Amino acid sequence: MLWSEMERLGRVFDPWFQVGRLNRPLRWTPLHSTVDFPPTNVWVTDDSAMVTTEVPGIDPATLEITVVKDSLVLRGSRATAELKEGEFYHRRERWHGQFTKTLELPFAVEANKVEARFAKGVLHISLPRAEAEKPRKIAVKSD
Amino acid sequence: MDEKKMEIQKKEAGAPDAGERTRADRVYTPQVDIIERKDDIVVIADMPGVDEASTDVTLEKNVLTIYGKVAADAPEGHRLALCEYGIGDYQRVFTLSDEVDKDKIQASVKNGVLLLVMPKASATKSRKIPIQAEGVGGFVKLS
Repeated sequence: MLWSEMERLGRVFDPWFQVGRLNRPLRWTPLHSTVDFPPTNVWVTDDSAMVTTEVPGIDPATLEITVVKDSLVLRGSRATAELKEGEFYHRRERWHGQFTKTLELPFAVEANKVEARFAKGVLHISLPRAEAEKPRKIAVKSD
Repeated sequence: MDEKKMEIQKKEAGAPDAGERTRADRVYTPQVDIIERKDDIVVIADMPGVDEASTDVTLEKNVLTIYGKVAADAPEGHRLALCEYGIGDYQRVFTLSDEVDKDKIQASVKNGVLLLVMPKASATKSRKIPIQAEGVGGFVKLS
């Protein structure tokens, strides 16, 4: 599975590439095999980050999103159908239970400007970078 | 299966038997729960990113096909810093038995979850055969 994925990407296994991965500020794990629910993608620019996560079937009102400095915590739960007498599962593949997922962002964010939008089972959280954290140009003075 | 370690990684759907797809987009197999109840069979499929307009449920003879089209969701100008899920369409095919009343299948989509309710055909509902207790009607008692 992993190998076929890599071949498709046209990338040959390169141990130095793997070492390089360790030095990245965030985990770059497109082929990650164990992922905690909910699966999440993080998109970044120089002054904002966008977190998208797939949480189908969850009532957005029950989702808890907290931001502290550069970490984002998502909490929630998804229950399965309660079975009555005489009902049974043919298949049970969907994830269920409670989750707490912590993501580390590459920079501190402006907590009161964080916005979350939920549509079609996908949650989008936009996180602007904190003003104090933004890179600043320093003017060089000359006497 | 250990419920805490349920596989949540999206699985790519294999190519259909007839050959390859013409579109190069990825297609994933949605995870489903199938519950048999007294009068119906319920299929619940996780398809984050689809809504009622982009989902197709078709029934041809005994083959039920679920297809959900997902629009690309990459925010512009961002680079991907963490990638735990891929974006693509969903497809899954089930073969139904005769016990389903095919004219009365109901489908709805909410928060990225497809719900299919397939009522059982009335002939099936009454086909329950009572099992009698020991030693009646000519059977020899074993003990």
